[in-house]
Amino acid sequence: MSNLALLSIFVLSIFIGFEVVSKVSTTLHTPLMSGANAIHGIILVGAITVTDHASNNIQLGLGTAAVVLATVNMVGGFVVTDRMLEMFKGKPRVKKDAEVAGGESK
Amino acid sequence: MNENLYGVLTLFVSVCFILALKGLSSPKSARRGNLIGAAGAFIATDLVFFSPGMTHQHKWWILGAIFFGVIVGVPAARKIQMTQMPQLVALFNGVGGGAAALVAIVEYLKLGAGASTAEVIATVFTVIVGCVSFSGSVVTFLKLQEIMTTRPVVFPGGRFVIAATLAGTLGCAEWVIHSLGNTSLTVMAVLALLFGVLFVLPVGGADVPIVISLLNAFTGLTVAASGYVLQSTLLIVAGTLVGASGTILTRLMAAAMGRSLFGTLFGAFTAKPQAAVEGGEVRSVKSSSPDDVAILLNYAQRVVIVPGFGLAVAQAQHTVRELADLLTSKGVDVAYGIHPVAGRMPGHMNVLLAEANVPYEQLVEMDEVNPTFPQTDVVLVVGANDVVNPAAKTTPGCPIYGMPILDVADAGNVIFLKRSMRPGFAGIENELLYDPKTSLLFGDAKDSLTKVVSALKAL
Repeated sequence: MSNLALLSIFVLSIFIGFEVVSKVSTTLHTPLMSGANAIHGIILVGAITVTDHASNNIQLGLGTAAVVLATVNMVGGFVVTDRMLEMFKGKPRVKKDAEVAGGESK
Repeated sequence: MNENLYGVLTLFVSVCFILALKGLSSPKSARRGNLIGAAGAFIATDLVFFSPGMTHQHKWWILGAIFFGVIVGVPAARKIQMTQMPQLVALFNGVGGGAAALVAIVEYLKLGAGASTAEVIATVFTVIVGCVSFSGSVVTFLKLQEIMTTRPVVFPGGRFVIAATLAGTLGCAEWVIHSLGNTSLTVMAVLALLFGVLFVLPVGGADVPIVISLLNAFTGLTVAASGYVLQSTLLIVAGTLVGASGTILTRLMAAAMGRSLFGTLFGAFTAKPQAAVEGGEVRSVKSSSPDDVAILLNYAQRVVIVPGFGLAVAQAQHTVRELADLLTSKGVDVAYGIHPVAGRMPGHMNVLLAEANVPYEQLVEMDEVNPTFPQTDVVLVVGANDVVNPAAKTTPGCPIYGMPILDVADAGNVIFLKRSMRPGFAGIENELLYDPKTSLLFGDAKDSLTKVVSALKAL
């Protein structure tokens, strides 16, 4: 793809990134950061590509390490964000009390 | 899979990520947003195996590595306690930065003589920023986990060392671009790692979350740069989204704490190392018993509970709610005063209290609760310190100076539930503790609250 096309994608993405989070309450700062953190775990795709094309053992070793780290970032990131957000659901309802207490006791 | 189909599916994944960030910005759609993001990531990972040009020669290595990553990442994310989430996020961010740096290094090793300068520059950029993000995040992890001191680490000539490291890194980058050698790359990576450590060391206590957010944005940019090298639009879009939104988020967080971003990052360089606590002088504090506290609370008209990190450590959110409910049933007007950065991260207290199903209306934000303190009879500070420390207003030059605080000193009585006289995360003495209208109840927050609850029931 031409450099100009890639540059256009880059610049337009910056604006989208600014736009989507411009109004977010303090409460959601932490989950949003954590969610964004998980999204950059998509470097996994890059890690898989370079490992696949590795032509010697050094490249293979470094690539495999990158795949491990990227997977931890991505999968762990989404799971931990989900756990944070779990706390927000069904807030006004009281009947969940028992369930929360049950979960605590483990 | 042909190139066009792959392109269209990748576009779909990019849209998923945009929707994910959009969703995460509003409480109602946040959880769904995160799931959309996760679905997008899952699709993208499957898709890459069918992308044009894959050789599959190392398929088992890759699948094994993914499997290993999953069995490390998922249990860590599932078992971590609420109190330790911030440092886990820091760590995940660090490994992401490390992954981006490794990808760039492998790509660099493969660049032949035919590589364009733009490609080399993008690769070098990714290695540097990825390394900074990695080592910086590890230091924030160590700080938050309290493995190392949470105070700003400032040493004589520190800023010159940092400047020299940065200059050295950039010099090496120049060397790498000209020589395309492996030694230059190694030296550059090591210097970048060192810079990451030095960059985060002077950042103190309460500013650490801002730095995590900034490093998060950095990692996003490295991913975008690798996307350029690998000619992957998906990586460019996802990385740039995180970079841009992370930058905005960093500014929002800094604003919530009343800090300028510049001050956060460079404040510690200009500040003198703090004077040691004046030795010898023992000032008296008024310590109190659970019964006294119960009586005070029982006859109050209005009580404001100010939660802090101590509440999270003691896992006392359910007990504090029990106390609030009990007081409400006795006709006391109870509210929670929520400082935006109480705890270790913005919104930490909201998450914690939501877990205990505290009614949303009782959580009052700082700007709304502050004018009500003069009409408040008792403020119960549960494991918070820096966010109520008047030094933020009265002592120019202290690390939290300028941070907006909860003006609990305006209330009739202040009760601190504390484990010890140890200062808060920012490491500053709190004058309010010695105020005549302040009393202290020492002990674990949960134990103390339980005792207060039973004393209150007995009244």
